[in-house]
Amino acid sequence: MATQASDFQTLSRRYTADKPFRAFIQKALGGYYTKRDENKANFRDWQGARDLAAETKYEAVNHLDKYLLEFEQKITARGAKVFWAPNAEAARDYILKIAKENGVRSIIKSKTMTSEEIHLNDALEKQGFGVFESDLGEYIVQLRKEAPFHLVFPAMHLTRGQISDLFQKELGSEATDEPERLTMIARDVMRRKYCEADMGISGTNFAVAETGMISITENEGNARLTTSLPRIHVALLGIEKVLPRLEDLSLFLPMLATAGAGQTMTCYNTMYAGPRQPGEPDGPEQMHIVLLDNRRTELLADAEQRDALGCIRCGACLNVCPIFKNVGGYSYGTTYGGPIGSVITPHLRGLKDWKHLSAASSLCGACTEACPVKIDLHHHLLQNRRNGAKAAPNPLEKITFGGFSMMMGRPALYRLAAGLGRIFQPLQGLVNGTILDPLRAWTGSRKFPKLASTSFHEQWRKERGGRK
Amino acid sequence: MNGGRSIILNRIREALRNNPAPRPHTSHSQTEAAAGHNGHAQREWLPQVGTTLPEQIDLFAKISEGLRTECHRVPTIEAAREVLAKLSAESGWKKIGSHSHHDTDSLLQGIGLPVVRTEKGYAIDDLESCDAGVTGCEVLVAQTGGIMVSVETAGGRALSVLPPHHVVIARTSQMVPDLTAAFEHVKRKYGKQFPSFLSFITGPSRTGDIERILVLGAHGPKRLTVLLID
Amino acid sequence: MRISLFVPCFVDQLYPNVAWSVVRVFEGLGHEVVFPENQSCCGQPPFNSGYWDEARSAARVTMKAFRDAEVVVGPSGSCVTMIKVFYPDLFKGEPDELEARELAAKTHEFSSFLVNVLGVTDVGAKFDGKVTFHDGCHGLRELGVKSEPRALLANVKGLELVEMDQAETCCGFGGTFAVKYAPISTAMDEVKCASILQTGAGTVVSNDSSCLMQIRGMLEKEGSAIRSLHLAEILASK
Repeated sequence: MATQASDFQTLSRRYTADKPFRAFIQKALGGYYTKRDENKANFRDWQGARDLAAETKYEAVNHLDKYLLEFEQKITARGAKVFWAPNAEAARDYILKIAKENGVRSIIKSKTMTSEEIHLNDALEKQGFGVFESDLGEYIVQLRKEAPFHLVFPAMHLTRGQISDLFQKELGSEATDEPERLTMIARDVMRRKYCEADMGISGTNFAVAETGMISITENEGNARLTTSLPRIHVALLGIEKVLPRLEDLSLFLPMLATAGAGQTMTCYNTMYAGPRQPGEPDGPEQMHIVLLDNRRTELLADAEQRDALGCIRCGACLNVCPIFKNVGGYSYGTTYGGPIGSVITPHLRGLKDWKHLSAASSLCGACTEACPVKIDLHHHLLQNRRNGAKAAPNPLEKITFGGFSMMMGRPALYRLAAGLGRIFQPLQGLVNGTILDPLRAWTGSRKFPKLASTSFHEQWRKERGGRK
Repeated sequence: MNGGRSIILNRIREALRNNPAPRPHTSHSQTEAAAGHNGHAQREWLPQVGTTLPEQIDLFAKISEGLRTECHRVPTIEAAREVLAKLSAESGWKKIGSHSHHDTDSLLQGIGLPVVRTEKGYAIDDLESCDAGVTGCEVLVAQTGGIMVSVETAGGRALSVLPPHHVVIARTSQMVPDLTAAFEHVKRKYGKQFPSFLSFITGPSRTGDIERILVLGAHGPKRLTVLLID
Repeated sequence: MRISLFVPCFVDQLYPNVAWSVVRVFEGLGHEVVFPENQSCCGQPPFNSGYWDEARSAARVTMKAFRDAEVVVGPSGSCVTMIKVFYPDLFKGEPDELEARELAAKTHEFSSFLVNVLGVTDVGAKFDGKVTFHDGCHGLRELGVKSEPRALLANVKGLELVEMDQAETCCGFGGTFAVKYAPISTAMDEVKCASILQTGAGTVVSNDSSCLMQIRGMLEKEGSAIRSLHLAEILASK
């Protein structure tokens, strides 16, 4: 029976075997490092900035109710409606209700991973609403009926040839191998959609409590268009996105751009404080904020891992993760992949079914090093493993480690076992690499070292004598 | 209707009650105090900006150029008009969008093109078929080489993003050193009556979604021109 | 100084020469080296897999073995990390928590000890050839060891150090990860070995034998002539 864990094994095996694909992904990410380091160097003190960002998120997350209430009060005073959604279903139902009540037919969306999380598009389409993704990468994967490959770069796994074929097939456009031409094709399609859509659905990068604003960071301009022309704006955000003060954005906007895309600032960083106000010439008549819990409060309750709620969804941890770089975004089977996904998915979707993502890591710590808000990512993977072993121990592992600990708990027994190992190693040599080889997971691709003829223990005792 | 509200608030309060999380490992002891905040802690870590206006203008020009923004320094509004006329002729503009605000009116004198004005409302298709959008701005930000716009200074939300060429008329007196200063300006000017829309624009629209190759003009304007009057 | 030697279990069984190299380096500098024999394993394997009770059993043996040690030094970033960084977590709330913290405080990684505690960067070693250094992740990110091995290698006569592109990228060992997720581990090993090959170095050096096991395993399988040696082995060569 396929489980999430076995799916991961199957998918990761497939993707790691695809060497050209791996090379393509790594090339795509290569430029990120250079740009990111250039922009980090612009900061007077990148580590100091991280410290301040971590402290600010600590303050926000540990006083979450206070800041959410302040945010709600300020933005509703300007006419926005705030809906608190305890789970995905409530969020979907609310958005559907607004669409139905307002005679909405066509919906345009800007990038929001939160909408992926709640499977919003599916629900809207089933009810007969036309939904168009305006972000170029999201639009491409929507046409291919695929999920986004990466938090920030949804279509990074596709070549221009694949995208050209896709547009030819779905849009009837001419074949081209120029990224510029392909972008213009998508732009032309979208322009009509912006002008015709009744409702625009966006995500939110940050919600500011002090002034009652939401902030959206982007490069393309599609979020600005999504939130300017349609008569209804729905903004979706996880409850953890709230920041205390407007000034906090002067730190977070450049940090998000640097860590996420290697830019000092992205092209557009827009703060929305409500629907169209009296006297304003355009903008939506209605603005709805959907605050989503969907088990984030369970992560909040885990004080050890609460800092994971500080995530600004920059994707830096994915970009530096050697696992991600070799297995790609689809192997994870979740909305949020990479290190942050491996940390939070057990909380958001269940420990038993998702603890394997925390095991599929060498704990190298590159993610923790890269995280702009200093989430202790790789240590949280260890904690998930501990929690997983307690809640649902793997019987074989429990026995093996029980035996291991018994052996290592008695040094004399350990030395005896090592001696026995020497006797059996030649037997392993006979079956090396075959189906009978107990070490074949290793020996399939690497040589296994021979046990030394005598251990250091034995040699020391012989040369230096006596017990110490 | 909003039963979800009390459910979520209760969950939050339960989660946080008597359940403290470890503070982040920070290497700078100052940040703990700074996080109490006076809004200026950020300045210690963010990229450095010169303190004089000429330095800031130079920095702005340098960074914005790197972002492919076309920055023209002009001595007077008349000179700005000439640059605009040249742009119009080169690009073959047939119709532009704008709004009535400080220098935009003066700038557009004698432009000789139909102008879709947005401040009293407009038809979307009218604006969509404009070749350029001409606006003012709130401030220019030296640190990022970008500008900040608002409903009032950019004729609403769409004028500065829908037409394929965005032209900004600004004065060097509008230069502020950094993002923190931009937010201070906004708070001073608007007090508690914030407009529904404020935006930092830092270069023409772009995407790297196809093979991580940079393409300008993804959805927003492909060209951004700043006419900066001394 | 009286230095108590911590020999990780796989160094003990697979690479005893690494431990002897450490002994030779310290004795060459005039220090006394003692080896408490009743050590077995720091407890990292069960710890990493989430079996902390089992890890504590092994860890307690280590704590007992080094109870009277003045200072403890080990030639492995990952095992020293286990003691220095994770023992305090592992024993939080346990009756022997204080002892765990004390051991953590007095345990050091080999290159870090030489440079930061003994203040030595030249041990009088000699090794001819072009060498590239692989930063073991635990040593690098948990213990902050980066400049110390390079400072030591810089003073080895005849040695030319070239940096590989992916020096800080994980080799893919990760303990049981290497067998549980073998295809991913292999893919990471491939990236690492390709980076090593690109340098044209004849030898790859690291301060963690588990990384070397992973790297050497693939290099040998591919029939490469590139040698892999522990930092201690380089520093002990004359």
